[in-house]
Amino acid sequence: MTTVAPRSRDAVFAILDAVKDPEVPVISVVELGIVRDAVVEGDMVRVTVTPTYSGCPAMREIEDDIRAALVACGVREVIVDTVFAPAWTTDWIGPAAREKLRAYGIAPPGRAEPQGLVTLTRSRVPVSCPYCGSANTRLQSEFGSTACKAIHVCRHCQQPFEEFKAF
Amino acid sequence: MNDEIDAPLARPRSTAAVAGARTPRVENPLFEYLLRLADDRLVLGHRMSEWCGHGPILEQDIALSNIALDFIGHASALLSLAGVVEGKGRNEDALAYFREGVEFRNALMVELPKGDFGFTMVRQFLFDAYSVLLLDALSRASDERLAAIAAKCLKEDKYHFRHSSEWVVRLGDGTEESHWRAQQALDELWRYTGELFEPDAVDAELAVQGIIVDHEAIRARWRIMVEDVMQRATLAVPADGAMRRGGRAGRHTEHLGHMLAEMQIVARSHPGATW
Repeated sequence: MTTVAPRSRDAVFAILDAVKDPEVPVISVVELGIVRDAVVEGDMVRVTVTPTYSGCPAMREIEDDIRAALVACGVREVIVDTVFAPAWTTDWIGPAAREKLRAYGIAPPGRAEPQGLVTLTRSRVPVSCPYCGSANTRLQSEFGSTACKAIHVCRHCQQPFEEFKAF
Repeated sequence: MNDEIDAPLARPRSTAAVAGARTPRVENPLFEYLLRLADDRLVLGHRMSEWCGHGPILEQDIALSNIALDFIGHASALLSLAGVVEGKGRNEDALAYFREGVEFRNALMVELPKGDFGFTMVRQFLFDAYSVLLLDALSRASDERLAAIAAKCLKEDKYHFRHSSEWVVRLGDGTEESHWRAQQALDELWRYTGELFEPDAVDAELAVQGIIVDHEAIRARWRIMVEDVMQRATLAVPADGAMRRGGRAGRHTEHLGHMLAEMQIVARSHPGATW
């Protein structure tokens, strides 16, 4: 990590790429798509973030971590602005980050559902087991240890696992 | 049941009753409206959170707690905007924890005690169906700040709706007891549904500002969604009788005060505390 205060948007993003999601410590807040923008104004940095889920209790901690990381690099003042539009989607998580999730034992998200009103009858595509790769799995619960995860069980290797829900 | 809550005071005074009188102007209609949206979600979220540690099965304990967090998150965003719109320096915490019961603007339905799991899921379903339609409409509101929050909340409300409607079907079309309990809950809750769709002076003033909520259209679509799910659930949709109202004007059931006492005590006992 550099100790020279960042002078560009890219430099800020590089610093924040080291700030991990406290609930999923293998991917960063940049990889998750939480950090939307950064503007450097002298020794002040203004960071724009968007919440994953509205009720995510980690959001405040993430803001604190973002501040701490930038202050540690010599930024004097950090302002964190929250925006709601465009609404966060798991489609912003890139292929490399998805691979990190899988290696960590969390099935990465599929494609987010198209916008529009919800239908009751929908087809559920089985989620592949992150441990053995089998598609012979079943959904145990749409709600898991955090808002962003669902619980599945692999019928092939008998392993319960979490899925980062497409959202 | 206390009939007082059905008193006509909750409605704006009819202009027809006083010849030539203009509907009383609402001082800050957007602020009032944001409180309604936020308080519905804050109070219902708190009711949902009462299931934490008490869910009938572990998965539902987790699900209900997750949904409670979403609702409280929605309330937080809406109250934060309400504070900005009010312009008196109140943030979301001041609005959530330092208002009295009479200042709350939630519909009566959401403040009723959580009841059994059947009551919770039927109420959730009735509210979720309404909320999905309302937020969809508000996501196109002329106020960009409100539209952004509505679009964000809508994404989460859609899976809340799926969750509650699946449970209503499962309970209604389940065992004899689950069917009976779900039907009883629906019969009890029905009288609280009318208030969700009642336009008043706040809506009229908002429409002038370009935030138009077509309550009749939403009610018609809501009715179709409810009938569809109730048919799958083998539950009978009750007839529309007298509807309870008063929440939008701050006139609540006896249950809200008890809930607020519990919800607000920590913030009031330790003002400014952080943890």
